[in-house]
Amino acid sequence: MNIKARVTGAFLATILSTTAFNGAFAADDTIKVGILHSLSGTMAISETTLKDAMLMLIDEQNKKGGLLGKKLEAVVVDPASDWPLFAEKARELVSVDKVSAVFGCWTSVSRKSVLPVFEELNSILFYPVQYEGEESQRNVFYTGAAPNQQAVPAVDYLMENESVERWVLAGTDYVYPRTTNKILEAYLISKGVKPEDIMINYTPFGHSDWQTIVSDIKKFGSAGKKTAVVSTINGDANVPFYKELANQGVKAEDIPVVAFSVGEEELAGLDTKPLVGHLAAWNYFQSVDTPANAEFIKTWKAYTKNDKRVTNDPMEAHYIGFNMWLKAVEKAGTTDTDAVLDAMIGVSVPNLSGGYSTMMPNHHITKPVLIGEIQSDGQFETVWETPGLVVGDEWSDYLPDSKDLIADWRAPMSCGNFNVATGKCGGKGS
Amino acid sequence: MYRILQTLLITLCLLVSAHVTGLRAADDLSALVNALGTAKLSELDDRIEALAKSGDPRVIPVLEALGEGNLYARKTDGSVYLATEKGGSFVLVDPVDGAQAGEVPKGELQKIKVNNSVRRAVRSALGGLTLFSTDAGARLKAAQSMRQTPNADALEAIDKALATEKDGAVRKSLDEARAVTLLISDRSDDDKRAAIKTLAESGGREALGVLTSALSSADASLKPDIEAALQRIEQAQVFWNAGQNVWYGLSLGSVLLLAAIGLAITFGVMGIINMAHGEMVMLGAYTTFLVQDVIRTSYPELFDWSLTIALPLAFLVTGIIGLAIERSVIRFLYGRPLETLLATWGISLILQQAVRSIFGPTNREVGNPSWMAGAFELGGLTITWNRLWIIVFALAVFAALLFLLKRTSMGLRMRAVTQNRRMASSMGIRTPLVDALTFALGSGIAGMAGVALSQIDNVSPNLGQGYIIDSFMVVVFGGVGNLWGTLVGAFSLGILNKFLEPYAGAVLGKILVLVLIILFIQKKPRGLFALKGRAVEA
Repeated sequence: MNIKARVTGAFLATILSTTAFNGAFAADDTIKVGILHSLSGTMAISETTLKDAMLMLIDEQNKKGGLLGKKLEAVVVDPASDWPLFAEKARELVSVDKVSAVFGCWTSVSRKSVLPVFEELNSILFYPVQYEGEESQRNVFYTGAAPNQQAVPAVDYLMENESVERWVLAGTDYVYPRTTNKILEAYLISKGVKPEDIMINYTPFGHSDWQTIVSDIKKFGSAGKKTAVVSTINGDANVPFYKELANQGVKAEDIPVVAFSVGEEELAGLDTKPLVGHLAAWNYFQSVDTPANAEFIKTWKAYTKNDKRVTNDPMEAHYIGFNMWLKAVEKAGTTDTDAVLDAMIGVSVPNLSGGYSTMMPNHHITKPVLIGEIQSDGQFETVWETPGLVVGDEWSDYLPDSKDLIADWRAPMSCGNFNVATGKCGGKGS
Repeated sequence: MYRILQTLLITLCLLVSAHVTGLRAADDLSALVNALGTAKLSELDDRIEALAKSGDPRVIPVLEALGEGNLYARKTDGSVYLATEKGGSFVLVDPVDGAQAGEVPKGELQKIKVNNSVRRAVRSALGGLTLFSTDAGARLKAAQSMRQTPNADALEAIDKALATEKDGAVRKSLDEARAVTLLISDRSDDDKRAAIKTLAESGGREALGVLTSALSSADASLKPDIEAALQRIEQAQVFWNAGQNVWYGLSLGSVLLLAAIGLAITFGVMGIINMAHGEMVMLGAYTTFLVQDVIRTSYPELFDWSLTIALPLAFLVTGIIGLAIERSVIRFLYGRPLETLLATWGISLILQQAVRSIFGPTNREVGNPSWMAGAFELGGLTITWNRLWIIVFALAVFAALLFLLKRTSMGLRMRAVTQNRRMASSMGIRTPLVDALTFALGSGIAGMAGVALSQIDNVSPNLGQGYIIDSFMVVVFGGVGNLWGTLVGAFSLGILNKFLEPYAGAVLGKILVLVLIILFIQKKPRGLFALKGRAVEA
C-alpha cells in the first residue's frame, strides 16, 4: 500500500496514509505516538528524516519492551508543508487517533498554527528545531535551540577567536531570521559594535540568484575590518548561496560564514571542498566522538539500510525529547497529559554529546553549544564548545519587549510569560 | 617498525637534552613536525611559524597537508604522519621524507585539528616559503597570500624576490604585496606614499580595504594622500559596479531564458498552459546527477565531460517523458486551457512526488566540472566561469531553436500547424504527430536547461517550482508565440532585477519587478513583441 501511495502523488498519499493509519489498529494495548512531519511539499527535504528518526526510536523502544508494559505505536500523518493542514492533522492525531504525545513541526509558522489545537485539546507537542524564542506554551516542549543556545554563542566565538568587527546578518525573509537578527543586532550593539558595521539583508524563500548579495558581502568586507557573515538562510536557498560563495572565492579564512540552518543533511547536496572552514553552530554534530553517538549513528544507518545517511541536530533533539517523554511517563505512571506535563519538568536524560540534558521549568532544555567548521567530507569538526550546558532562554534578554519576561510552568506560577517587573502573568505574546 | 623505533628514539633524545648538537637537519625537522601533534589549537600558530622559520623546502608539503587537514598524530607515540583513508584504515606517509610508514586502523590516529586561524597561519607561512619557487604559479600564489595576510617582517624577502622576478603577473602581484606590507611596516613616509600610489593604481576592493584600515592608524601627514587614493579608487568602483550589475543582469537573464525557452515552445507556440514545465527542468537536473553518479563511481577521469554527456541524455529523457504526457493526457485537452492547466499541474505533483520517492527528499550533489568552477577578474569585474558558460549555453540553445523553427522542414510544419491547424492538415501534414513532436521538443529543451541549472541551484524535487512562475512571466512579458520576445524579455527582466536589487533589496526588488510587469501587461496585453495578423485570432 505504501509504495502505491508514494507514486500516486501528494494528494493521494495524504488521503491514503490517513485512512490507512486511522483505526486500522484500534487495539487498546498500545500507546500511540503521533508524528507530524511533512512528507511531501517543500519542507519534506528536512522533515522526512525526522519522521524516519522517530520511527527508529519507537522501534528501538519496542525492542526494549515498550512503555508501561505496552507497545508503542507510531501514527504518521503528512501535513504536506501546508501550514493550515498542520493544524488539521494535529487535531486529527489528538482527537481521532488519541495519541499520547506528538513529535513534529519544523518551521515556526507550522508550530504557531498547531499551538491553539494542542492548547484546546490539552495534548503534548515536542518541537525539535532551533527557533527564535519569544514563546513558552504549557503544552509544548522545545527541544531545539533557543537563540542563546545557538546564535549568541556563535557570535561570541567569532568575536573572541576571529576578532570579527563587522557583521553581515543575512537571512531568509520570515519570522525566525527576523527575530534572531533583531536579537543579534541588539546583542552586538550592546557589545560596542557600531550600527554602520552591521549589514542586514533578507532574501525571499528559495532565493537562487546570490550574485549581487555575495558581491555586496565582499564589498562590505573590504572596509579594512575583519568581517563575518551570520547566516539564517533557510535550507533550500543555502546550496546556491554556498555555490556562489565558492565560485566568487569567498574563503573562510577571509570572510567566514556561520550558519544556523545548515547541518549535515544540507551539506549532502554540496561539494564542500571550496567551503572548508565555514562554520555552523549547533548543539550536536554527527562527528561528535562519544560512545552514545557512535551507537546512535550505527542504529540509524542500520535502520535506514543506507550507509551514507547522515544524522543531524534536530534528530538529536527528537532523541532527547523522546527519551524525556518516556522517562516522564514512567515517572507519572500514566500517559495522561496533566500528569506527564508535571512529571516532565526536571527530567534528565543523556544527550549524544556525552552529557545530560534536563527539561527546565520554562519547557526548554539544557544543551552544550558546539561550533563546527565544514570539512571536505561534508562533516563538521568541532572547533569550540561551551564549557558547560546552556539553559534555553525563551524570552530574550536583549529585546526591550521581552527582557522582563520569564516562563515557569511549575505549580504556583504556571505561567509562560510572567513579567518580573510588574509581577503579573501575561505580557507580550500569550 | 624501524621507523617507530627511530621516532621514539628521537623523541626520547629530545626529551633528555633539548638540542643535542650534531642532530641531522632531518631529525630537527621531524621534531618540529611532531611538535604539531601535541599542540593545542591555540598553540599551533607558533609551531607553524617555527616550521616556516626553518626555511626548509620540505616543510611546504607538510604545511599544505596540515592546511587540508590530512595530518594525523599516532596515539601510541605522538609522531605525525600524512594519512589518507583507504578502505577503513589509513595509509601513513612520513611527512618529511615521504617514506611509506604502513597502515593503521582509524582508532590509532588522532587528527590534528585546524581552524580558520591555523589555516591563515599556514597560508602566510607557505607564502614566505614558496616566494622563491621555480614554478611561476606557486610564486603568484605566494605573492597573493602575502598581500592578503601582510607581515612586516617579510618586506625584505619581497624586495629580494622583486629584484629577480621576471614574470609580469607575479611582479604585479608582488608590487601590490610590497605596497600592502609597506603600509604596516615602520618605513619612511616617502616609501609609504609610493605604496599608496601603487595601491591606488591597482585599484579594486582589496586595495580599498587596505587603505581604509591604514587611514585610521596613519600619520597625519599621510592622511591626505590616503584619502585622495581612496577617492580615486571609489570613483573607478562606481563605474565597475554598474558594469557588474549589467553582468549579473545578463547572467540572471540567461537563467530566465533557459528556464523559459522550453515554455516558449509549449506555451508560446502551442498555447498549452504547461504547469509541469518546471518538473521537466528538474528531471533534466536529476539526469545530470545520475550521469555524474555513474561517472564518479566508474569513470572518474570523465568527470569534466559529465555535462556534455548529460546534455543529450537529458534532452532524450525529458523529450520522451514530454511525448508520453502529450500522447496520454494533453492531446485530449487541446482548446480547453483550464483543463490543461489542472491536468498538467497534477502531472507536476506526480512527477515531484515520484522523484521524491525514488531519490529521496534531500538535495543531491551535482558538482561543477573544473572548467565551470571559480572566477576570473576582468578589470574590476568578477566573472564566474559557471555563469559565463550558462550565458553562452543559453544563447546557443536559443540559436539552435531558432534555426530549427525557421530553417528546417520540421520547423515549417510546426509553424504551419500552430498558425492554422486545419489548413496545415488539409495540406497533408500529420498534425497529431507534429503536436507530439513539438511538445517533446519543448520538454527536451527544458531538460537541457535543467542540466545547466543544476550547476547553480540545488538538485531537489522542488527545483522546478522555483522556475515555473518566472518562466511564465518571461514568456508573457516577451510576447506569446515569439522566440525573440522571450530572449529580449528574459534579458531585460534580468537586468532590471539586478539594478533594482542593490537599492530595494532582493525581496522588494522582486515585488517591484512583478508590479512593473502587471502595469506593462495592462498597457500591452500581448507583451513586448505581439504577433500580428490573422494567425493571432485563429
